[in-house]
Amino acid sequence: MDLNYSAEDEAFRAEVRAFLDAELPPELQRKVRSHLRLSKDDFVRWHRIVAKQGWAAPAWPVEYGGPGWNATQRHIWEEECARAGTPPILPFGVNMVAPVIMAFGDEAQKAHYLPRILNCDDWWCQGYSEPGAGSDLASLKTTAERQGDHYIVNGQKTWTTLGQYADMIFCLVRTDTSVRKQEGISFLLIDMKTPGITVRPIIMLDEEHEVNEVFFDNVKVPVTNLIGKENKGWTYAKYLLGHERTGIAAVGRSKRELDFLKKLALREQKNGQPLLHDPMFASKVAHLEIELMALEVTVLRTIAQEHQGPGPQASVLKVKGTEIQQLLTELMVEALGPNALPFDPAFLEGAAGHAAGGDDEGAPLAAYYFNYRKTSIYGGSNEIQKNIITAMILGL
Amino acid sequence: MDFSYKEEQQAFADALRRWVERDYTFEKRRAIVHSEAGVSPEAWATLVELGMTALPVPEAQGGFDGTAVDMLVVMQELGRGLVVEPYFATVLGAKFLALAGGQEALLEKVAAGELKLACALAEQQSRHDLSAIGAVATGGLENAAVSGVKTVVLHGGQADAFIVSAKVEGTIALFLVDADTAGVAVRDYRTIDGMRAATVSFDHAPATPLGTAAQGWDILEAATDYGATLLCAEAIGAMDALFAATLDYLKTRQQFGAPIGKFQALQHRMADMFIHLEQARSITMLAAVKEASGDAEERRRVVSAAKARVGQAAQFVGQQAVQLHGGMGVTDELPAAHLFKRLTTIGLTLGDTDHHVQRFIAQPGFQAVS
Repeated sequence: MDLNYSAEDEAFRAEVRAFLDAELPPELQRKVRSHLRLSKDDFVRWHRIVAKQGWAAPAWPVEYGGPGWNATQRHIWEEECARAGTPPILPFGVNMVAPVIMAFGDEAQKAHYLPRILNCDDWWCQGYSEPGAGSDLASLKTTAERQGDHYIVNGQKTWTTLGQYADMIFCLVRTDTSVRKQEGISFLLIDMKTPGITVRPIIMLDEEHEVNEVFFDNVKVPVTNLIGKENKGWTYAKYLLGHERTGIAAVGRSKRELDFLKKLALREQKNGQPLLHDPMFASKVAHLEIELMALEVTVLRTIAQEHQGPGPQASVLKVKGTEIQQLLTELMVEALGPNALPFDPAFLEGAAGHAAGGDDEGAPLAAYYFNYRKTSIYGGSNEIQKNIITAMILGL
Repeated sequence: MDFSYKEEQQAFADALRRWVERDYTFEKRRAIVHSEAGVSPEAWATLVELGMTALPVPEAQGGFDGTAVDMLVVMQELGRGLVVEPYFATVLGAKFLALAGGQEALLEKVAAGELKLACALAEQQSRHDLSAIGAVATGGLENAAVSGVKTVVLHGGQADAFIVSAKVEGTIALFLVDADTAGVAVRDYRTIDGMRAATVSFDHAPATPLGTAAQGWDILEAATDYGATLLCAEAIGAMDALFAATLDYLKTRQQFGAPIGKFQALQHRMADMFIHLEQARSITMLAAVKEASGDAEERRRVVSAAKARVGQAAQFVGQQAVQLHGGMGVTDELPAAHLFKRLTTIGLTLGDTDHHVQRFIAQPGFQAVS
């Protein structure tokens, strides 16, 4: 047992840090660290900076433009990005649709889509959930009917994250209604500019436009946009779910936020003392920090078993990781107390001047808390993750 | 990074497990627990033969120089098997001797299995604060004599000698006192988990100083951090066994025409127990690695984190395992209840969760921000 990083790993970390020090634009870093909302341009700008370095798709094979990193190096990269406060590289293209295209797409699809994903030439979004198909995803109803060289798509997708910016959407659609629900699903790539597609915003409880409904009304999609075989889409979707999931714990990000929380609790006062010195508050922070220390080792243990392939262990990381992320935001709001109330959406979107209430540091935190309730719901709710643990690990 | 156990480490664990499965069965253990002695000389002889007493002792004294990491697998197996022999008390005592230095002859006897030790640290008023003691040592270094009453001394009734903490001019110092020396009175009893402990009274008992008085507290903290790490490992083993027994029960017990493991309320409880167990296992590994790092602040921080987290996991897994066993869980018949009792007492030994969270907060690292 040896829990130290190797000299090669540390050298790699230094290389990553040097890159981030030199290339992360300070205004993006400030937005991320201050919990402000990122624009489309912010995401694209950072993606292209990283792509230029050749690091935009850490898990991709070298032949498709990946850097050839092992799991430990990918972990270090994620950890250093989180520590620095970079915008995220959005997962929909790089981590979600690309591995499916690589594994099941044809040569023309690989040649066309993969370089464009790598360079963020296309903004991808995900068309999985529907109003009647959430945790029970396989009951989806959006249909794709074959007519000559095209599919005619009708139906509705929902919770489409940042779909308002998207050029492309990857969808699970029903191509056969006569068989068991998992067996009639296909994986289809659809150009968002196709006539018949309507995107309608869903405004979330923090008044942010982060997700959308996407409606399909007789949308004509070339059959060349089908991935793999017709009616095999469920298999591809499951493949995607098991792919590259240790990052889901977001340990690096939570470490940065723990540091932020402590600074906030040193700034806030209780009984004439910094709040962090209050035994009741300190106890909550300590329990959180201890859980995070344990989770970091749990992540590293999962990485060390990488050769066994992605497994249901990711469900443990998702549950624990999101619990910690949510508790961090909860304690930030608790630290502010009544001063968490002022709400200034324009400030959150990056408007000049000071936040309503005058506390620029604290102004985004209540919205952040409410926004982060999503984490235990998306990506397979934490209850679904427990079903996976139950079935796949415990065999019940 | 490597989370696997070396071949030799695994060999120790395998040998122990085979012995427990063959010769230290639940029924045999029950007989030992209810015997007058409360421990088994045959079991002790086997532990010695398997090299367990030599494992943590330095090589120069005939040991294998085992680290806390080497001890992880051993303690996990003893936890899994609910072994009630005076092993942990002796290993903890040996750690005091090794840290204090100058006790090579005694360490050789520990390695050979010829000397059992017990650590007489806590007193009635101490709770988890081992500095809150009233025992005193008089007579200087030459004619040291210890007076005071130590409570819940683990395996105090089976020990040949005691490590004793006592104050010298207000400072905590450590002493070695022979069990059969004048002025020592031992009242041996059974503990709720089937182990033995004792109230040990010292009345001007002749004592050998361990280290200098100035080192007393540092040695005591380092040794008990080592002990806490070992207890975490024992708890992991006990939780593994309890979790496996509960999973088995959920797959076999039928109600409403189905195995009760088909019910989601119970399934999610098991998933929660699994997550607790994995988190506890992770932080125990971290504690074992950091325990020997030589950085005292880092050691305090991580060992306290581990003991606190394992304490929470042990309580949750223990209570829920009993709940999922239904009525059978609260009987004396199944190992489940006994594992639960041991997990509970581990939580109360060498600092409970609150104590260690408080200690974690008190370390300078807790207030440090970027």
